Amino acid sequence: MATTYTLISSVTVGSGGAANIEFTSIPATYTDLSVVFSIRCVRSSVVEPGMLRFNSSTSNYSLRRLNADGSTVASSAVSGETGMIFGDINGDTATSNTFGNGSIYIPNYTGSNFKSISTDVVVENNATESSQYLLAGLWSDTSAITTIRLYSRNSHNFKQYSTAYLYGISSS
Amino acid sequence: MASTYEKIATTTLSSAAASYTFSSISGAYTDLVLIVNAGASSPSYDYAMRFNSDSGNNYSVTRLRGNGSTASSLRTSNNSFMNSTALPSDVSANFITSIQNYSNTTTYKTALIRANNAAGATEAVVGLWRNTAAITSITISPEFLVNLLAGSTLTLYGIKAA
Repeated sequence: MATTYTLISSVTVGSGGAANIEFTSIPATYTDLSVVFSIRCVRSSVVEPGMLRFNSSTSNYSLRRLNADGSTVASSAVSGETGMIFGDINGDTATSNTFGNGSIYIPNYTGSNFKSISTDVVVENNATESSQYLLAGLWSDTSAITTIRLYSRNSHNFKQYSTAYLYGISSS
Repeated sequence: MASTYEKIATTTLSSAAASYTFSSISGAYTDLVLIVNAGASSPSYDYAMRFNSDSGNNYSVTRLRGNGSTASSLRTSNNSFMNSTALPSDVSANFITSIQNYSNTTTYKTALIRANNAAGATEAVVGLWRNTAAITSITISPEFLVNLLAGSTLTLYGIKAA
C-alpha cells in the first residue's frame, strides 16, 4: 500500500528569526495538503494574527471564524485582506517558551475549483488572555496552489524555534 | 514501518448525484477519516451522513458554530442523519470527519466533524449514531433532499493502530 501522508518540507526558524515561513514549488502529486505549525513572533503582545498567502496572491481571500479569548466567544467574517488570517499566534508577552500551535488543511489544492481551507489554532498563555480559532477560509482562485507563505499580519518576525511542517496527503 | 494512514476509496463526482456511498468498508482499521470538498445543487441544505443506510431517527449532534456574526451552539436529537453546516452552491466547502473505533460491535459510534463553508459558517460538531453495529458504509448527501454538485470530491481514509 502506498504511503498516503508524506512530509513534503519542514522549516525551523533559526537564531536570527524570520519574516515568514514559505513553502515553494509544492508538487501537484498529492490530493490534499496539511500544514502543522508552532509559531511565536516578536510582537509585544499576547497574540498576533497569523496570515497565509497562496502563490503570492494578494487578493480573493475570505473567511468565517469562531474564536474565543478566555472570556468571550465570537464569530466574524473577514474579506478584502491581502492574505488570509489563519488564527492567532503567540506574541512575545505571552508566557515564555510558549508557541501558538495549529493545523491548516487544504483539500483538493490542485483542483479547478476555488480553494477552501480549514484551520484549528490555539494560543495558550498563563494569564487571562488566550486564543482559540476555528476557521473556514476560501481563496477564490482556481489556480493550483504551488506556494504557501505564513507571516505575521503586522510584520513581526517569527522567533527562533518556530516550526512548520507541510504534508501531502495522497488518495492515489 | 507499516503505513498507518491509508486511502480506502476516493471519488470525484462526474455529474450531480443525490448522494454518494462508501460501501464494503473493511474492519481492518481502527478509525476512519473522511475528507469531502463539495457543494450542493441548492444552498442551505446541511451536509449530512448516514451509516449502514440507517435512515431511522438514531442520530444526534451538538454543534459549535460561527456564522460570521454570531457564535452559537445547536442541538439536534433523534434525527435521521448526522448533520453539520449547510453546503454552498459551488464546490467550496470542506468537511473533515473522524470516526473513532468504527468497527467495534459493542458501543454506539461517535464522529467529530470540522465543517467549513466560508460563505456560511465554520463548525465543530460531535455526532452520535445510536447503533452498536460496525460501520460498513457511509452515505453523504445534502440532507438527502438535493444533489451533490459535479466536481465534489470525497475520500475515505483508514487509520491503523498496528
